[in-house]
Amino acid sequence: MATVTPSLGAHGHADDHAHGHHEQTFISKYVFSIDHKVIGIQFLVTTLLMLMVGGALALAVRWQLAFPWGSMPIVGKLFGLFQTEGGQISPEFYTMLFTMHASVMIFLVIIPVLAGAFGNFLIPLQIGADDMAFPVLNMLSYWFMWPAIACFGISFVASGATAGPGNGWTSYPLLSDLADAAPSSGAAQTWWLFGLTLVGVSSMMGSVNYMTTIINMRAPGMTLFRMPLTIWSMFITAILQAFALPVLTAAGFMLVFDRLSSLLPTDVHSVFFIPAGIVVNNAAPTIGGGQPLLWQHLFWFYSHPAVYIMLLPAMGMVSDMLACMCRKPVFGYKPMVYSMAAIAGLGFIVWGHHMFTSGMNPALGMTFMTSTMMIALPSAIKVFNWIGTIWDGNIKFNAVFLNCAAFVALFVVGGLSGIFMAAVPVDIYFHDTYFIVAHFHYVLFGATLFGVFAAVQFWYPKMFGREMNDTVQKWHFALTFIGMNGTFFPMHLLGIAGMPRRYADPYLHGYLEHLLPMNQFMTISAIIMGFAQFLLLGNFALSFFFGKKAGRNPWGANGLEWSAPSPPGHGNFDVPPVCYRGPYEYSSPEAEAMGQDFILQTSPPPAGYKASSNHGH
Amino acid sequence: MKKFWALFFIFWPIVALYVCLVAPSRNWWFPSAPMSSLGHQIDGLFYLILIIVTVTFVGTQVGLGYALWKGATKKPGEKAMFSHGSHKLEIMWTIVPSFVLVFISLTQLEVLANIRVLARFPDEARKTPVAEVTARQFEWRIRYPKPGTQLATEPQEGDLYFVNELHVPVSQPVMVHLRTQDVQHAFFAPKLRVKQDAVPGLVIPIWFEIEKAGEYELVCAELCGWGHYKMKARIIAESEESYLKYLSALESDQNEDGVAEQAESASAEE
Repeated sequence: MATVTPSLGAHGHADDHAHGHHEQTFISKYVFSIDHKVIGIQFLVTTLLMLMVGGALALAVRWQLAFPWGSMPIVGKLFGLFQTEGGQISPEFYTMLFTMHASVMIFLVIIPVLAGAFGNFLIPLQIGADDMAFPVLNMLSYWFMWPAIACFGISFVASGATAGPGNGWTSYPLLSDLADAAPSSGAAQTWWLFGLTLVGVSSMMGSVNYMTTIINMRAPGMTLFRMPLTIWSMFITAILQAFALPVLTAAGFMLVFDRLSSLLPTDVHSVFFIPAGIVVNNAAPTIGGGQPLLWQHLFWFYSHPAVYIMLLPAMGMVSDMLACMCRKPVFGYKPMVYSMAAIAGLGFIVWGHHMFTSGMNPALGMTFMTSTMMIALPSAIKVFNWIGTIWDGNIKFNAVFLNCAAFVALFVVGGLSGIFMAAVPVDIYFHDTYFIVAHFHYVLFGATLFGVFAAVQFWYPKMFGREMNDTVQKWHFALTFIGMNGTFFPMHLLGIAGMPRRYADPYLHGYLEHLLPMNQFMTISAIIMGFAQFLLLGNFALSFFFGKKAGRNPWGANGLEWSAPSPPGHGNFDVPPVCYRGPYEYSSPEAEAMGQDFILQTSPPPAGYKASSNHGH
Repeated sequence: MKKFWALFFIFWPIVALYVCLVAPSRNWWFPSAPMSSLGHQIDGLFYLILIIVTVTFVGTQVGLGYALWKGATKKPGEKAMFSHGSHKLEIMWTIVPSFVLVFISLTQLEVLANIRVLARFPDEARKTPVAEVTARQFEWRIRYPKPGTQLATEPQEGDLYFVNELHVPVSQPVMVHLRTQDVQHAFFAPKLRVKQDAVPGLVIPIWFEIEKAGEYELVCAELCGWGHYKMKARIIAESEESYLKYLSALESDQNEDGVAEQAESASAEE
């Protein structure tokens, strides 16, 4: 691997690489590795483990909603946290459960699994580079995840084991700003903010790297419009990250300043989000002049684009996989690219739709509503194009395809339920009810995670040289799909029934009492779904040893990564790839002339054929 | 097995639609008909969107299901269609949804203005706010102006106080001032379809007109700490007459400690 010559240009790096291998120790090869494939796999394994942590927290939430104030298994007894209460959790513990469920799932699973794991693994392979532009930076982006995980871990216990951070993943001030506001608003909240900042550092190092790599290190012939949609999605995501993240980091620091400077013995401290005269829990009135709404603006200025950061890469990967499994070119390649760009662009001007009930100026509300409605348009275009891709394809009904089809089917639900909430008057009713919980789980679980399940299986042979067991993956798919819909579809109805989110005990209110049986059904579905994930983990681990050996191109796909050995060695390609065509020439006449239904991007045009452009209409 | 999976994807939207169809009869729907004038407008918009969304949902799932069924029943050896797309289709499915989305946006504006734009609040409500509602962990404190006076921003002598019970006159638009003493809360009356965040440092006016006398739940819809779920209160809509009666009873409860009466009755005995 190229030595650590900082900021050698991409070309310099590529040339640099040509000289052979250095001796590598176990540590430099598998632990502090600067090989993008190892880093990608490190990210993948870490995020799959975190998925189980986040899932366990979710099941605890579901348990409380199905059997409120009952004895909670494991948490109550095994950990002995609530021994004296007979295993009955406390309401502040419940606020910790949903806060940390969201924080883990968003910051330690969804964002790093897409950009960190698949971005890292796929970008150099799909554009024909030997590694990332900045390999050391890349290594750091992984190793900054661990301090972040540590901070989140400390936050669980910093204010005592039963008062972890409990202010929601959105951490609205003043609840998150004044230590007196709740048992969970003390040191736990500060550690949580440190964790958030470190995740941001990791993401930022990744996105700078992805942008540079994609711009500078494409193989000869890999023009922008010959890039697979995965690369386009990673590129657009990296841009989103790079422009949105600094705002969150700044907001996080402002909140940390407010919190830490108030501990100082002086009277001089920051009050970015603290207005004057607030009395929390009989503490002295605050001295201030700040504005809590500022946090909401800053937070959502990042976190709305972040929703697309949590979705776009999955959209790109699913497009690739659908084309391959249907043996058809992606329907409307350029509209797919433009609609992703439109989502990213519009994604910056819709953040106010999280604040429709906040008392923001109504004129601003109307603006945000219109932009939010318009962002449904590129999403709709993408759905139609995916269906167009499947249409009249020669479909391979394996688990990869099923997960991709589920992505499309469930993304439709998530997209359509979003329209209710884009409409301000309707959102006024649905805001902070279970309707929104249903909506974002359909997008983040229904779409993104199903895309990830497909991607894990699809690129597994490239990662480890072996295939995952398809039958197990099909069982995993079916159980997850059924459990997922059983858990989240009824949430729409709970939302319509007016059940607010983040309630430890909704049944305290007469108008929600009759919803208990439905919640119990949902919890049972969630348990099925949760345990089904062991099939994935088991399959992932065992296939590494016992999976069927895979050749270079087990799926008959077109991308450059499939021309490399499985797994690719040091420097990825044994033959430096040259790209001659677009990524989706499945079933093309040219391919058929070669007696197959795919044609690698690296295969030169056969004699007698004019080199095709990436695609013609 | 291919057909099984195609049917799998055709089957679940049918289940989903069926569940939605039976939901109202199973009481898995709105907690009640809208009980306020704005609530009717909001529900109207909800049902408009619901129709559009249902048509789209059915359309896309049928399209997907059909494509899967076609793929599952393809004869072995048959080739996939080779196509990179179609300009005509792209233009069609760009223009049609954009008209629908703009249409939905436009239908919302009027109602949004009615709910939020202060200048469009009904005059009688805007001029005489009935009460100030102050949220705090974890209760709602109500302050009525001293009968016969206007509600002032700051508490005045003679103001009437109560906790977790807001009385308002029925069948007339009323405005309340919403604020919070500590962290952020949200005023949510599900049956009235009213929701407004109470933001620290701000006083936010909200208005509604309850159409039927009765009791309506008031809950908190913004995470405000461990007791968020416990912020249970009632809005009681009653006739003008009994509303005034309530206020005067409240006034006498608050201002008369009973000592004077006892003294009087004691002196009468002597």
